[in-house]
Amino acid sequence: MREFKILAVVVFFTGVLYWGVEPFAHTKLHPHVPAPDYTFSETEDVRAGKTGDVASGKSLIVDQFQCQSCHSMTVDGTKIGSSMDLGVMTPDLTSAGLIYDERYLAAFIANPAKAGKVEHKFEEGATHPMTNFDMNYDGIFGDDDAQAVADIVAFLKSIAPKELTNKEVYVDACQRCHSIKYGDFYGGSMAATTPDASIKSYMGVIPPDLSQMIRSRSESFLHEFINDPQKHLHGTAMPRVGLTEESEDQVVNYLTEVGDSKKAEREALAGPFLGYLVIFAIFAVLWKMKIWRQVH
Amino acid sequence: MAEIKESFFSADGLEKRLAGKKFWKTMMTEYWIPKDINFLWAMGVVLATTFAILIISGIFLLMYYKPDTALAFDSVNYTIMQEVAYGWLFRHMHGVAASVIFLIIYIHMFTGIYYGSYKKGREMIWLSGMLLFVTFSAEGFSGYMLPWGQMSYWAAAVITNLFAGGSLEAWGLVEWIRGGFAVNDATLTRFFMLHVFLLPIIIIKLIVIHFYTLRIPHVNNQSSEDIDYDAEAEKYLAGNKKESKVIPFWPVFLSKDFAVLGIFLIFYFYLVFFNYNFAMDPVNFDPANSMKTPAHIYPEWYFLWSYETLRGPFFDMFGLKAGDIGLMIFGFAQAAFLIIPFIDRDPDILPAHKRPRFFIWFWIMIIDLLVLTVYGKLPPTGANAWVGFYATAVFLLLFASMPFVTRADAKARGAV
Repeated sequence: MREFKILAVVVFFTGVLYWGVEPFAHTKLHPHVPAPDYTFSETEDVRAGKTGDVASGKSLIVDQFQCQSCHSMTVDGTKIGSSMDLGVMTPDLTSAGLIYDERYLAAFIANPAKAGKVEHKFEEGATHPMTNFDMNYDGIFGDDDAQAVADIVAFLKSIAPKELTNKEVYVDACQRCHSIKYGDFYGGSMAATTPDASIKSYMGVIPPDLSQMIRSRSESFLHEFINDPQKHLHGTAMPRVGLTEESEDQVVNYLTEVGDSKKAEREALAGPFLGYLVIFAIFAVLWKMKIWRQVH
Repeated sequence: MAEIKESFFSADGLEKRLAGKKFWKTMMTEYWIPKDINFLWAMGVVLATTFAILIISGIFLLMYYKPDTALAFDSVNYTIMQEVAYGWLFRHMHGVAASVIFLIIYIHMFTGIYYGSYKKGREMIWLSGMLLFVTFSAEGFSGYMLPWGQMSYWAAAVITNLFAGGSLEAWGLVEWIRGGFAVNDATLTRFFMLHVFLLPIIIIKLIVIHFYTLRIPHVNNQSSEDIDYDAEAEKYLAGNKKESKVIPFWPVFLSKDFAVLGIFLIFYFYLVFFNYNFAMDPVNFDPANSMKTPAHIYPEWYFLWSYETLRGPFFDMFGLKAGDIGLMIFGFAQAAFLIIPFIDRDPDILPAHKRPRFFIWFWIMIIDLLVLTVYGKLPPTGANAWVGFYATAVFLLLFASMPFVTRADAKARGAV
């Protein structure tokens, strides 16, 4: 009985110690932020209720604005345009309609810096490399603009593939700025596509390699951060990219596949390992009782 | 030397040459331990086992680790963690054991303090144990640098900088320790040497010495009773096992140790598989970057209490700078527990619950160390700074009061 009392004291103080240096300390070191919002509800839907028309969207993108002069995309099975270095490599638009939330996508086309929450990066005359959307250059986002943006979003959704692998989502959403060295350690194919010098002058810093993010940040932190980087890192140059919940899960899954590649093995091994130890402990306790019966 | 005629290639001949049976008797079956003990007496064997886990897992890690600032991070986080078969298991075992061993060291140490096992003949056990603690601390610190993550780098920068001696500005010493003006490749390589060679050798020697110092005064017991080992051993050997107050190391004492060990290992491997972040700080999975200071720099949990005594005095006092006072207290804290056999002025060996004033002293000490530990991790701002200040003051007062507290107990008992 006395042994159990002593054990209770040891367990109690160890528990207080653990609570103090882990859960308690973390609430103080990492302030709580609101949960991710995948509906982008505080972002205005610039389409203002207009229904998009795919054919009109196609003619706006390919013919009128010729987005392929800066972007690549695959239309009707043919790749048009190519990615170019405008401080950061411009994204391929083929998958945009799948991986980005449509409300966000519309807001981004209308005003990229505002939707990305990086307006603080473009003060004192600097402008986002992609200009704000303005059909007739009147400086006002009017009804015609709302209809055009709705059409473009409808078109982008129509050309997007139905699904992508985790890695493909990562490549389209993250790799233009971020390297993930462990994704291809010996081949080097997972380096950021934007050259270091360009990204450094554009962002002010080379964005971190993401190889070990799944270990250095918690999964919940990653979701909160990707959904809105300003929440955890106020003033960061990283834009909010507007991934849908499904795409963001795929990105985090890719970070896990790369950065914690033995997770499944670890989880599978735990059961047998601990099971063996439980059996060992049972036999050890029984043997102890047998031996001590002779001396008590 | 008596000439041995039996063949070298016979069991008898080997026995004549090595006296294995006598050795076994001396070390095992007739090495006497008191019977009146509880599971806290198993911590020595738990520690020895955890140390063995560290050595074995460390050897496997050593086969792939590269002590070079350009290669270290990837050799740990890619080669060992993702490529090598079960490399992740060895790293998790090593990282978690390095943390858990300190928990057991603290339990072992405070068991010794509670039962008065440091005094009146057992001083050498205490001193060799405290030397082990200090060496293990150096081993833990040097090992933490090796993955070359952000916390490796910045903890190394902060802690090596302590050797500047505050206002003493012992310039030259820090550079000598680092092998340069900043923590750099030379620093990593020399701490690697310390971690895998010099310190483990010292630890192994100290463990042998620690065991040796125990042999003559014998292990203490739950009621701190003075046992006549010769008489009790005789009883045991005559078959009066139930009446004898002693038990042999093998198999009786070790059977209890194995039972405790079995339960401990379940706890330990649970941490290895499911709850390892407390021992392998997530911040250290960001590669070292000398241009980017982490938001919060803190040492591993087992250094937090002494780290907090460094930060405790946060304003200038007595004509001294806050930093200098902190450094002096920090220096004292490292060696503070070494001196307790000499400031305990109670002539009797008794467990704390039979020394009422010391009993209170003991639990205040435990609570104060917990407070120091928890606040050692938090940013030292606002109310946190004052908690750290008062907890540091209590820590010093406890040591200053120990001679009087223990003396008062002895007086009340009529022992002096």
